[in-house]
Amino acid sequence: MKNPEEIFELIKSNFPDLEVTIDSSMPVEPIISIDPLKIHLVAQFLKTNEELLFDSLMSLSGVDDANGTKTKDENGTETITGGTLSVYYHLHSTSLKHKITLKTSTIRENPKIESVENIWKTADWHEREAFDMFGIIFLNHPDLRRILMPYDWEDTYPLRKDYKNPEFYHGMKVPY
Amino acid sequence: MALKTEEMILNMGPQHPSTHGVLRLELEIEGELIKNVKPHIGYLHRCFEKHAEAMTYPQVIPYTDRMDYLASMYNNFGYVVAVEKLLGIEVPERVQYIRVIMGELQRIASHQVAIGTYGLDLGAFTPFLYLFRDRERILTLFEETCGARLLYNYMWVGGLSHDIHPDFIRKTKEFVQYFRPNIQEINNLLTFNKIFIERTANVGVLPLDAAINFGMTGPNLRASGLAFDIRKEDPYSIYDRFDFDIPVGKGTVGTVGDCWDRYYVRVLEMEQSLRIIEQALDQIPEGDVQSAIPKRIKPPKGTVYTRVENPRGELGYFIISDGSTSPFRVKVRAPSFVSLSVLGELCKGHLVSDVVAILGSIDIVLGEVDR
Repeated sequence: MKNPEEIFELIKSNFPDLEVTIDSSMPVEPIISIDPLKIHLVAQFLKTNEELLFDSLMSLSGVDDANGTKTKDENGTETITGGTLSVYYHLHSTSLKHKITLKTSTIRENPKIESVENIWKTADWHEREAFDMFGIIFLNHPDLRRILMPYDWEDTYPLRKDYKNPEFYHGMKVPY
Repeated sequence: MALKTEEMILNMGPQHPSTHGVLRLELEIEGELIKNVKPHIGYLHRCFEKHAEAMTYPQVIPYTDRMDYLASMYNNFGYVVAVEKLLGIEVPERVQYIRVIMGELQRIASHQVAIGTYGLDLGAFTPFLYLFRDRERILTLFEETCGARLLYNYMWVGGLSHDIHPDFIRKTKEFVQYFRPNIQEINNLLTFNKIFIERTANVGVLPLDAAINFGMTGPNLRASGLAFDIRKEDPYSIYDRFDFDIPVGKGTVGTVGDCWDRYYVRVLEMEQSLRIIEQALDQIPEGDVQSAIPKRIKPPKGTVYTRVENPRGELGYFIISDGSTSPFRVKVRAPSFVSLSVLGELCKGHLVSDVVAILGSIDIVLGEVDR
């Protein structure tokens, strides 16, 4: 069983070229940040390394960090430009009992993150959910469709912080 | 002349009695054999996570009730544990004990529905009625405590909405005495019934490595042979004080990890829950259940991921706080959502009628799948 700091050192020593940081200032759990286009490599390492053996992905959550510039138009509706969208991975090892939280951030205008679907199958539906709710594109995901929203939902992503309730759905007025 | 065969798509649901809610399964079949199953979900999507961002922390609790509506107590439990961890507050002993008792009663009630409706799916009507008769007693206990029978809003951050009434301990002890022999009755009626075994043994076998890789938890994982229970593994509340066993699938009538094992693990778990309830009832201290409720709930900036052992598996709450009175982001890791994703894998090569048996055995609640 290892604590997050030891796991962080292990990742850092195995990937010397990679920019990996740890944020231990959080009150409950430290978070390790990783490049969105290298996450697959690190995930593979975390699963197969004999000292880590993270065989289970507990949860994968998309988050809109809402850290871009906020502009309001004359009707008071807010739009966010710039900033990042993030994905949090909560991993756990059933044999060695340790846990870890990973984070990866990508730009809001063109959010692309490597899929980890072929490492942990749990990621399949969770990545579809993050795509559905935030519009994050998971590269190499075999079946990236909407999951909770209707398949014909137009290009808006409900859990983004600047989401506006649509007035029309396929030309039909939505009564509120 | 050779018979002409071709693959066919068959839609099962959204309105179908054995899909346990509004779920559409797209079956690719060749004759009676399943080639692939694609679940289409989202019919009950209410955007809980979006709503939660507009609420204060305590206002979110009634919404959690409505996710897994067969185990509302436990959904409350998971959420308040998460917020308390974020706030860093200690909860009085009496509250902890009452939460555990309520949680375990809820687990029994939830498994009663799971077992009863599973029998119903496979054509056994009587066990369903027996189990619902007993479940009624648990719901009455809840009703007498907090006034609600299904959606309780009972556990609050730092405390409870009501203390238990003076008769509660006596009545719960009576229930434990009453229900214990009835588990044996269910075994006689359903578990070891030959027709039931024929329908479930060796059907939908989930090997352990696949179960872990798919993120299965709770009874579904334990049926595949791993004694993994968050109550022991990563104890929250006061579960480390109780003595109970973790039932695992042994392949008694078939292969480890088949439908029968998943079903039987639930039967055995009810007995373990009764044991926990008995111990908790004997140890429960006096006290005030509302003394630790904070006046103003405003957690510091930070993130928290907590998991609890819901009747269906690992219920995780991931909360990000930005330091204000409402959460910045709430993500729910719903056990049914994850369990359902394995369905396609389990059904391959089985018959259409087995889909009903397999779907029933993984025990999903659509309210939680769609949130």
